Amino acid sequence: MASFTLRVNGVSHDVDVDPRTPLLWVIRDVVGLTGTKYGCGISQCGACTVHMNGQSVHSCQVPVSVAANAHITTIEGLSPDVTHPLQKAWIAEEVPQCGYCQSGMLMTAAALLQAHPHPTDADIDDVMSRNICRCGTYDRIRRAIHRAAKEA
Amino acid sequence: MGEVWKIDRREFFRVTGTAGGGLMLAVYLPDRPWNPSPDAPLQPNVFVRIDENGGVTVWVGKADMGQGVRTSLPMIVADELDADWSRVSVVQADADPHKYGPQITVGSSSVRGGAWTPLRKAGASAREMLVAAAAARWKVPAASCRTERGYVYRTGSKQRLGYGALADAAHELTVPSDPRLKSPADFRLIGTSPPQVDVHDKVCGRTKYGIDVRVPGMRFATVVHPPEFGGSVKTVDATRARQVAGVRDVVQIPTGVAVVADNTWAAFEGAKALDVQWNPGFRMSSAGISSHFRDVARAAPVVGRSDGDADAALAKAAKRIEATYEAPYLAHATMEPMNCTAHVRADGAEVWAPTQNPQGTQGTTARITGFRSDKVTVHVMHLGCGWGRRSRTDFVEDAVHLSKKLGQPVQVTWTREEDMRHDQYRPAALVSFAGGVDAAGRLVALKALVVSQPISANGKGRAGDVDRNAVDGIMTTRYAIPNFRVAYGLPDVGVPTGHWRSVGPSQNIFVFESFIDELAHAAGRDPVDFRHDLVADQPRQRRVLEVVAKNSGWGKPLAGGHAHGIAMHEDKGTVVAQVAEVSLEHGKPRVHHVWCAVDAGQVIHPGIVHQQMAGAVAAGLTAALYQEITLDDGRVVQGNFDTYKMMRIDEMPLVDVDIVMSDAPPGGVGEPGVPPIAPAVTNALFALTGTRVRSLPLRPDILRSTQQA
Repeated sequence: MASFTLRVNGVSHDVDVDPRTPLLWVIRDVVGLTGTKYGCGISQCGACTVHMNGQSVHSCQVPVSVAANAHITTIEGLSPDVTHPLQKAWIAEEVPQCGYCQSGMLMTAAALLQAHPHPTDADIDDVMSRNICRCGTYDRIRRAIHRAAKEA
Repeated sequence: MGEVWKIDRREFFRVTGTAGGGLMLAVYLPDRPWNPSPDAPLQPNVFVRIDENGGVTVWVGKADMGQGVRTSLPMIVADELDADWSRVSVVQADADPHKYGPQITVGSSSVRGGAWTPLRKAGASAREMLVAAAAARWKVPAASCRTERGYVYRTGSKQRLGYGALADAAHELTVPSDPRLKSPADFRLIGTSPPQVDVHDKVCGRTKYGIDVRVPGMRFATVVHPPEFGGSVKTVDATRARQVAGVRDVVQIPTGVAVVADNTWAAFEGAKALDVQWNPGFRMSSAGISSHFRDVARAAPVVGRSDGDADAALAKAAKRIEATYEAPYLAHATMEPMNCTAHVRADGAEVWAPTQNPQGTQGTTARITGFRSDKVTVHVMHLGCGWGRRSRTDFVEDAVHLSKKLGQPVQVTWTREEDMRHDQYRPAALVSFAGGVDAAGRLVALKALVVSQPISANGKGRAGDVDRNAVDGIMTTRYAIPNFRVAYGLPDVGVPTGHWRSVGPSQNIFVFESFIDELAHAAGRDPVDFRHDLVADQPRQRRVLEVVAKNSGWGKPLAGGHAHGIAMHEDKGTVVAQVAEVSLEHGKPRVHHVWCAVDAGQVIHPGIVHQQMAGAVAAGLTAALYQEITLDDGRVVQGNFDTYKMMRIDEMPLVDVDIVMSDAPPGGVGEPGVPPIAPAVTNALFALTGTRVRSLPLRPDILRSTQQA
């Protein structure tokens, strides 16, 4: 066990865990923010995507020792009041079905828009194919990203 | 007692835990048409309340797993009620047979399974009671009142009364036994697509799935199950597991070995460090199962359907063909792995489960704890996909056994690998066909022999039965085949099997619609025309086929290297036809575009139908392109998404959904779109390459060899 200070959505949390513990499980089980999801644990599905210093990462692969002192943003911190252009577009396009993968989808899409404010379909394919949706909401995800890019 | 009745404040509080007042109605929805005995007292499973402020609340006892029942079921009530949709809210009901009737959510049954008429009656009854209350207040006949968006209006005047102001008075009146239902032309909500109720929470991480349950004092745990089906624990050495940082305890339970920890990852790490010796279980490998299926096919099968004389007609046919198809076992692989949270106390138990089967969860908990079921509370959490996997309660058993031993609340989460290796799999199948066409190119004879496990927890069935699921889609076809025989062979295999989105047709429509395509080509006929003959006396089928052919430009020239394939299917009262446009890119199949025509009868929420059809295409295509579960000495080989692949956004085809209107009652939409996509794609690949794909998942190498040939 070791102590770390995590900065999640602008709030500091002191945690005492095994240094190898993936950021995902610290966020979910120790800090208590459950919007970030577990899907595979091997960086295949992207359900655990968060931002670390502005970059999207699969939090199941980031040991807490590496994440300490970085600025972590989770889905709960994407916007204070569900007004991020992507969230608004997700609602307008009614993207979610079961919704389980959507936190990760939104966090990946937010990083995509940072890098490409007006992404092409190829950009979307390239970046969003890091995430899996079992309900098959892919087409609406694409539309929502284009919508957010237009309205941002 | 009819399907809709009034309940008093006390009863209302007992079932909903909410102080009543206003107009309170209980509704009984039969779960499935064949389920309830006609003599049993009706137990309501939906409650509707119009409160004094005009708010309408609907309590729904159905699980939502992305199929939108929390939106579509209340829409039916609200339309007949002429409610203001913005004032309608929905509450998920907990499981309790002492409070609610049947709640299992399977078989695309939520809307079609008898809910349609009772929910309409509930809305219509409430509306008539509100109108009667207004008429009494104004001292006018009810006929001079009309309703709109939460108000009763007095015709010919500006007077109006809100439902809230009338609710108490309305509750004093008798529930009309036969309220007048709207004519479909008067629907205002049904057939529109208002925003779904849960979307907002789902885009900010606020939706609570089973895995998100946090109970004070709760421990995190995982369970390691016997690697061979039917196996059990022989010995456990937990020395190393107990040394893992954060591990609190290692506990043997009847279902396996549990590791209890401060967080889920520590439990996973502890599980890896366990040294368990297992008693053996089912030991076959995939090759052995496949050869066993072939042996069963050669033994005497049981005939399930026999029309005309298939053998005689085949002997006389102008052209005969035979083919054998195979489909693999499939895992559900829901995005949210199996999990359950339980707290077994001295005087009762509380369970939080992402379940499609609340009452099964309650019964399982009662059986394990010895409590009467009214001492067991089940909270139905959101489901990160269902697909039929969550109609079983094996994951509930883990949590209840463990909490009972620990005496404290515990959440059991399976690793993805446990989830994939301890599923209840879509059964594998071996299907042989012989078919014949006459000189005019018409199908005159078809014989099918299906070898596949029934759906059961141990994968076994009863000798002499024709398993309904195993032959579903073939034996139940609407195609007019004058000489038609379907036989079934029961294998003896210990792989646990379960309902997988669309069940038997998920494999049978692949094999059946592929062989129909083979017959069309053998007859020198166009595959759409050939099917037209087969559904000549089925107007819904015919129409769907026409629409999909027209929308896809069937028969018109395509871009070079592209081809179309078609398949169709009927199930759960819904008819679906799909055309896939396919090419090969670097030898790999690429599905560019799918046209889907669907007649789902009366559609409540077209947006949900579109979602379900596109999702069904993704589901069926993912399986066809990538997925199979194989066994090596009884152990499942695949464990995660690296070996059991999922289609991603870059491979998702454009899906055009055309809802074909009909006056049939509402059909199910969660499942019927899944089966046709695989054969639509493989039929297109045949048109493109001349290679017939007779087993799934698709192996691009067989297509490449044809191209090079």
